[in-house]
Amino acid sequence: MVFCRRGGRGRRQTSRSQWAPPGRFHRLRTRKGLGIVTTASSADHPTRRDFLYVATGAAAAVGVAATVWPLIDQMNPDAATIAAGAPIEVDLTPIAEGQDIKVFWRGKPIYISHRTKKQIEEARSVPLSSLPDPQTDEARVKSGHDQWLVVIGICTHLGCIPIAHEGNYDGFFCPCHGSQYDTSGRIRQGPAPANLAVPPYQFVSDTKIQIG
Amino acid sequence: MSGPSDFQPTNPALRWIERRLPIFGLMHSSFVAYPTPRNLNYWWTFGAILSMMLAVQILTGVILAMHYTPHADLAFRSVELIVRDVNYGWLLRNMHACGASMFFFAVYIHMFRGLYYGSYKEPREVLWILGVIIYLLMMATGFMGYVLPWGQMSFWGATVITNLFSAVPYFGESIVTLLWGGYAVGNPTLNRFFSLHYLLPFVIAGVVVLHVWALHVAGQNNPAGVEAKTEKDTVAFTPYATIKDLFGVSCFLIFYSWFIFYMPNYLGDAENYVPANPGVTPAHIVPEWYYLPFYAILRSIPNKLAGVIAMFAAIIILCFLPWLDSAKTRSSKYRPLAKQFFWMFVVVCVLLGYLGAQPPEGIYVIAGRILTVCYFAYFLIVLPLLARIETPRPVPNSIADDVLAKTGSKAAPMVSAVIAIMVAGGLLVGGAQSARAEGGEVAPPAQKWSFSGPFGKFDRAAVQRGLQVYKEVCSTCHSLSFVAFRNLADPGGPGYSTAQAAAFASDYKIKDGPNDQGEMFERPGRPADYFPSPFPNEQAARAANGGAAPPDLSLITKARSYKRGFPWFIIDFFTQYQEQGPDYVTAILEGFEENPPAGVTIPEGSYYNKYFPGHAIKMPKPLSDGQVTYSDGSPTTVAQYAHDVTTFLMWTAEPHLEARKRLGLQVFVFLILFSVLMYFTKKKVWANAH
Ligand code: FES
Repeated sequence: MVFCRRGGRGRRQTSRSQWAPPGRFHRLRTRKGLGIVTTASSADHPTRRDFLYVATGAAAAVGVAATVWPLIDQMNPDAATIAAGAPIEVDLTPIAEGQDIKVFWRGKPIYISHRTKKQIEEARSVPLSSLPDPQTDEARVKSGHDQWLVVIGICTHLGCIPIAHEGNYDGFFCPCHGSQYDTSGRIRQGPAPANLAVPPYQFVSDTKIQIG
Repeated sequence: MSGPSDFQPTNPALRWIERRLPIFGLMHSSFVAYPTPRNLNYWWTFGAILSMMLAVQILTGVILAMHYTPHADLAFRSVELIVRDVNYGWLLRNMHACGASMFFFAVYIHMFRGLYYGSYKEPREVLWILGVIIYLLMMATGFMGYVLPWGQMSFWGATVITNLFSAVPYFGESIVTLLWGGYAVGNPTLNRFFSLHYLLPFVIAGVVVLHVWALHVAGQNNPAGVEAKTEKDTVAFTPYATIKDLFGVSCFLIFYSWFIFYMPNYLGDAENYVPANPGVTPAHIVPEWYYLPFYAILRSIPNKLAGVIAMFAAIIILCFLPWLDSAKTRSSKYRPLAKQFFWMFVVVCVLLGYLGAQPPEGIYVIAGRILTVCYFAYFLIVLPLLARIETPRPVPNSIADDVLAKTGSKAAPMVSAVIAIMVAGGLLVGGAQSARAEGGEVAPPAQKWSFSGPFGKFDRAAVQRGLQVYKEVCSTCHSLSFVAFRNLADPGGPGYSTAQAAAFASDYKIKDGPNDQGEMFERPGRPADYFPSPFPNEQAARAANGGAAPPDLSLITKARSYKRGFPWFIIDFFTQYQEQGPDYVTAILEGFEENPPAGVTIPEGSYYNKYFPGHAIKMPKPLSDGQVTYSDGSPTTVAQYAHDVTTFLMWTAEPHLEARKRLGLQVFVFLILFSVLMYFTKKKVWANAH
C-alpha cells in the first residue's frame, strides 16, 4: 500500500498512467531537499537564511523538550502518595521478647523484632569475613536498644517478603528462591546479594519508634 | 496500491530495511515528494491541525487513564485528585478537556472548508464519506468522554443521550438496557463508556489513515477547484506544505493555550463540578457546545422517534452531499449563488447551536423548527437546484493561472472569514452561557478579584482569613472534602509553612481505624488528612438541615455560575475576570434579607435570598457583622467575610491557579516567538516556490 502513487521519476511513467488521469503530473519534482537546498537562494544570503532555519529548529526543539517533561513527570508519585508516606510511630510495648510484628510504611512491610539474648549473641558471634555482605550487628541496630531489630521485609534478591523465624539462621527465610537471613537480617545463604535494608528510624522514647 | 517507490535511502542499514519493508519510500512519497497544489490557503492547514489534535487527545488521554478510576463512587474524586495531586495533572486534564473543544472547532472549520470549496465532489466522494465517519466517531468519543468525570452533566447527559435509542420501535427499551448494563445509568455504564472512550480514538486514527490514503489517491482539492495538471501547479509536500502546516499549527496552539491556561472552564458547564446525583436533574441539560445544533434539531421535532431520526439524518445527509450537489464547478468562489447560500447555511448552523442552548420553550421552539427546515432545505433543495440553475463564473485554466491572478489580494477574504468565525463562536458560547442558571434573578454585583487576569494571584491574607471564616462558620455544616491539611502549605495557597499546616491539622480529630482490636478510634489530624466532614453521611446532613444537604464547598466557586449576559461573556474571555461563579458565591452570602419584598412568600424553613434562583434558600443567613474576629485588623463585616471566604474557596476550587497562569505566560511568550519564527521561515521557504 502506498499513499501516493505519484512518487516516481520518469521511468515509472507507464505504470503510473494506468491509474492517473491522462495529462496529469507528467513529471515530478523529486529532487532531494527540494527548495531548501536550491543553489540560487543559498548563494544570496547564506548566513541569514541559515540563522533563521537554525533558530526556528532550535525553538521547536526547546518546545518539544519542554512539552515532554510534564508528560513524564506525571508518572512520579503524586502529592497524596507522598503525603501518605509521612513518618509513622510504632509502640513497642506489646511486642514480647522473641516476638516480632510487621507494620507497613510507604507500602513496604517493616519487620520489628524483639530479639532474645540468644539471637543477639548469634548475630554478634559470626566473623564478618564469613558474611557475603559484611556488616556488624551493632551497625544495624540503635545502640542501647540492641534487642530491637528493625528491617524492611523485602528480599534483596527480587522483592519477595521473607518469612520471620525460619531458615537455618533463626532469622528470615525467603520462600521465593531460598535466600536465608540471620537474626540481624544479614544475608547468609542464597541468591540475594545484600542484607535486608534498615529503614530510617529513631527511638522517640524507650518504647516508641518513629519510622521515616 | 502500487509497486514499491523509487526512493532509496542512502544509509546502508536503512536500505537493508527498505528492501524488505519499503516504509521509507512510503513516507517519502506520502509526506515529502507528494505534490500539493500550490494555491492552498490557510484553511487547508486544518487537516494538519486535526492530526495534531488527535495525537494530543490520544496522548493526554492515555496519560489521564493512568490516574483515573472508572467507578461510579470514585470517578469524580479521581478526576479531582488528578487535577490537584498528580504532577502537572491540571495541565493534562485541561489539555484533554479543552482539547476536545478545539478538536471539534477545527473539524467544523475543516468541514465547512470542504463544503465551500466542493472538496466532496468527484473524485473525492469516498474521501468525504470517510471524513463524515470520522466526525461521527468523534461525536461518540466526545460524548463518552464527557461522561467520565461523573459530574451532574455527565450523568444526565448520558441518561438523555442513551435514551435517544429508546425511540427505536419495539427494541428501544432493550437497546437502552443493553447500553446501560442495568436498569438505569450507573456503574456498568461508566465502565463500558470508559472502555469505549479508550478504544474509539484508535478507531478514529485508523479511519484517518484511510482518509489520508484516499486523499493521496485523489490528490488535494484547492481553492480554485481545478485539478493539478502540470508540475507548475504543484509544490512538494515537504518543505512547502509541511512548513505552512506547522505555521498553522503553531498559531492554533496559541488559541488552544488560551483555554488551557487562562480559561479552562470557559467551555465547560458549572454543573459538571457537582458530583453525579441520580436523584436530581439539573435545571437545564445542555450538551457540550459542539453538539448544540443537532440537539436543537432533536428538540424542534415534537415526535420522539422523528426527532431522533432528524438528528441523525442531519449528520448522515452529509454522506450524500456528493450526489445532492451535482454542479460541475467545485469551488464556491466561482459560484455566486452557492457562495451566498453557503454563508446562509453557516449562519443557520450557528443559530441552531444557539437555540440548542436555550430552554425549549416559546419563540425558541418556533425558531428551531424554521431553522431545522432551513438546514435540510440547504441539502435537499438548494444544492440540487443550484446545480441546475446557477451559471458559474469561469474557473481558471490551471492552478498556476490562479496563483498568478491573485498574487497580492489574498488576505482580505481570510480575514473577514476569521472575523465571521469569531462572531459565530461568540454566539455559540454565549448561547451555552445563557442557558446556565437562568431564572430571572438579580445579577450578582461585580467584585474585584486579585486572581483575575493573566497575572492573577491569590491575596494570601484574604485566603487565610477565608480559611478562618470557613473553620469558624461554614464548617459547622459544609464539608471541604477535596482539601487536605497539607494543601495549606502548598505554593500558591494560603502561604502557611509545613509546620503551621501540621499544627492546624492537629487541632482536628480524625476518625481512623480499625485498630488491632477492630475498633475505630479518633486521633489528631495529620497533614495528609482531609478536612473532616461535619456529618457522617449525606442522609445525616440532610436530616440536620431541613431536608437539603449542604453542598461540599471544595469546588463551589466553579460549580455555581450565573448568566453573565452579552457582552460580558466575551469580555470575560479576554480579561479572565472569574472562572464560573465567585461573584455568585459572594452575592449569596450577602444576599440575605430579613423581610422578603412585598408579594414574595418564602416557605417555612427557607430564607429569602436576593440572588438565589427562586429566592427561597434552605441555608439561614450564615454571616453577621463582627461574628469572626480577624487578627490583622481587616474590617469584620459581612462583605469582608464573604469576599475572604470566596477567595479561599476559589483557591480550594483551583489550587494550581497561580502555577497555571505563570506557566501560561511562559507558554505564550514561547508560542508567539515561535510563530513569528515560523512565519518568516515559511516565507523564506515559499520564496522559492513563487
Ligand atoms: S526474592 Fe527472595 S530469594 Fe528471590
